[in-house]
Amino acid sequence: MSTALDAPDQPAVPEAFRSISTARKVKNHVATVLVSLAFLIAVVPLVWLIVSVLAKGLPAIVSIDWWTHSLSGVSPDEAKGGVYHAIIGTLIQAVIAGIFAVPIGIGAAVYLTEYGRGRLARTTSFMVDILSGVPSIVAALFIFALFISIGGLDQSGFLVGLALVLLMLPVVIRNTEEMLRLVPDELREASYALGIPKWKTILRIVLPTALSGTVTGIMLAFARVMGETAPVLVLVGYARAINFDPFNGNQASLPLLIYTELSTNPSAAGQLRIWGGALTLILIVMVFQLVASLISRFSTISK
Amino acid sequence: MSSVTDTQQQATPPRTGGARSGGTGERVFRGLTTGSGLVVVAAIALIGLFLVVQAIPSLIANHDNFLTSPEFNTTDANNLRFGIRDLLVVTVLSSLMALVIAMPVGLGIALFLTQYTPERLARPFSYVIGLLAAVPSIVYGLWGILVLAPAIEPGAGFLQTWLGWFFLFAPGNIAPVLTGTIFTAGIVLAIMILPIITATTREVFAQTPRFHIEAAQALGATRWEVIRMAVLPYGRSGFIAASMLGLGRALGETIAILLVIRASTSPSHGSLFDGGYTFASLIASAASEFSQPLPTGAYISAGLVLFVLTFVVNALARVVAGGKVNG
Repeated sequence: MSTALDAPDQPAVPEAFRSISTARKVKNHVATVLVSLAFLIAVVPLVWLIVSVLAKGLPAIVSIDWWTHSLSGVSPDEAKGGVYHAIIGTLIQAVIAGIFAVPIGIGAAVYLTEYGRGRLARTTSFMVDILSGVPSIVAALFIFALFISIGGLDQSGFLVGLALVLLMLPVVIRNTEEMLRLVPDELREASYALGIPKWKTILRIVLPTALSGTVTGIMLAFARVMGETAPVLVLVGYARAINFDPFNGNQASLPLLIYTELSTNPSAAGQLRIWGGALTLILIVMVFQLVASLISRFSTISK
Repeated sequence: MSSVTDTQQQATPPRTGGARSGGTGERVFRGLTTGSGLVVVAAIALIGLFLVVQAIPSLIANHDNFLTSPEFNTTDANNLRFGIRDLLVVTVLSSLMALVIAMPVGLGIALFLTQYTPERLARPFSYVIGLLAAVPSIVYGLWGILVLAPAIEPGAGFLQTWLGWFFLFAPGNIAPVLTGTIFTAGIVLAIMILPIITATTREVFAQTPRFHIEAAQALGATRWEVIRMAVLPYGRSGFIAASMLGLGRALGETIAILLVIRASTSPSHGSLFDGGYTFASLIASAASEFSQPLPTGAYISAGLVLFVLTFVVNALARVVAGGKVNG
């Protein structure tokens, strides 16, 4: 007869699952602990860094002058003046980069997603990866070799902008490409079915659908290039006064201001300015990132 | 019949098809976008070309061996003596140290975010790691030399006292100073490349096919065994590619290194407590003196080596990834 009747308090079928052995349990717990620890290890320097920058930089940036005045006429050991000139320079140089990098980047992304076929497209895609790995100092040296050594131009904020184009392009291209690939093919097909040529479909249907994602990518690209220091060291001189003209003369930027104060000004006022500049730079980058994530909230398509 | 073939022609895949015959607008637009793609290809080619053109005269005028000399002396344009031996040592040591730290931690974080954290928390947690990437490198440099370096000095001293017999921890060429060494820079670089390694690895791990994971679970695997049987084998190439992207970034990092590592007058012996320059930080340190063509060319030749290094590392990363990263 069936086993159930012989031993009513035992399960009818022998247990299918053996309980997990201690060794396996221990391994599983150790892994959990290690993996959580890894995350904590990353949080420690982040918090430490933010706290130190806030503690040392906050006293500098709370004054109104910090945001509205330059260092023109301020002696190095005087805790006066501000970084208005450097903020202006940083923004102007980033905008110059954007003027070139945004249209070219979107164009290249459209090429890669909509037109690109065969060897040329593969080469382009490969080169975008390579470009995203080119160190900023190499980009700066290239612009230096081309425009200053060979072209005979003087150092200027405009040349910094050109070097930043090289650093901005891969970010814009990759982000735009990703967004264009998310646009459903049905939209394109519907447009073709109405007899609309491909280029108009891309301009009127595909790009507007991907617009918010593309703008997000552009904002992130701006955030990335504004903190770049290597190009400004090679391609432009530091100025303590405001200069709105990127084509002539020296032009300050936040990274250049921090570097210059650090290497030439050991006074307490200089220290304050260094950390204040660092905090200001982080805040500006944050604003761009925040705008980027706000825009992506309104995205019509998403992953 | 004819209507069927018509629709078929209309419905050819949109990315190749569309109104193929096209008017002027189509040709112009196509030309513009293709041209934009070509700009990228041309940029890389031109970077290589111009660096080579500018470097050659100085390499010919060099009185020392470019590959083996530890010296980098360009003060006398008629007697250039420069070599990249020490630059290579410092660059490679600091980048490798960064990798040794960042690879296991990055792997752990990627697993934590994809396999351990509930969906609801994964987003804010990833955002926190992303913040590490938002900090500009000059701020890392500042923090590294002014805050981190003094804090880890006792640890560095401890390593040197007990492991000093091993060449990596032997007293360096800026001894007895223990702040602002390759050791400090390696830690700073590790923090900087952590978000790069994490972001890419996480993306690949998240793509692990659902049925691989469920198959492992059906066999009674614990969470760790699921990771070992399903997630890691699928994501290994992606993780290696991500680490190489991080390596590429570390090799080319400029300002953080320039601020952190102290200059040194004597050659390197391959210790982590050495000072000195990497390719990138040397170029940046001399940037204000780029006036005469021959000395400038010496720095451009260092830049060329750096360009080739990062090119190779990034190209390898792409090959290893095999399409899992960046499509």
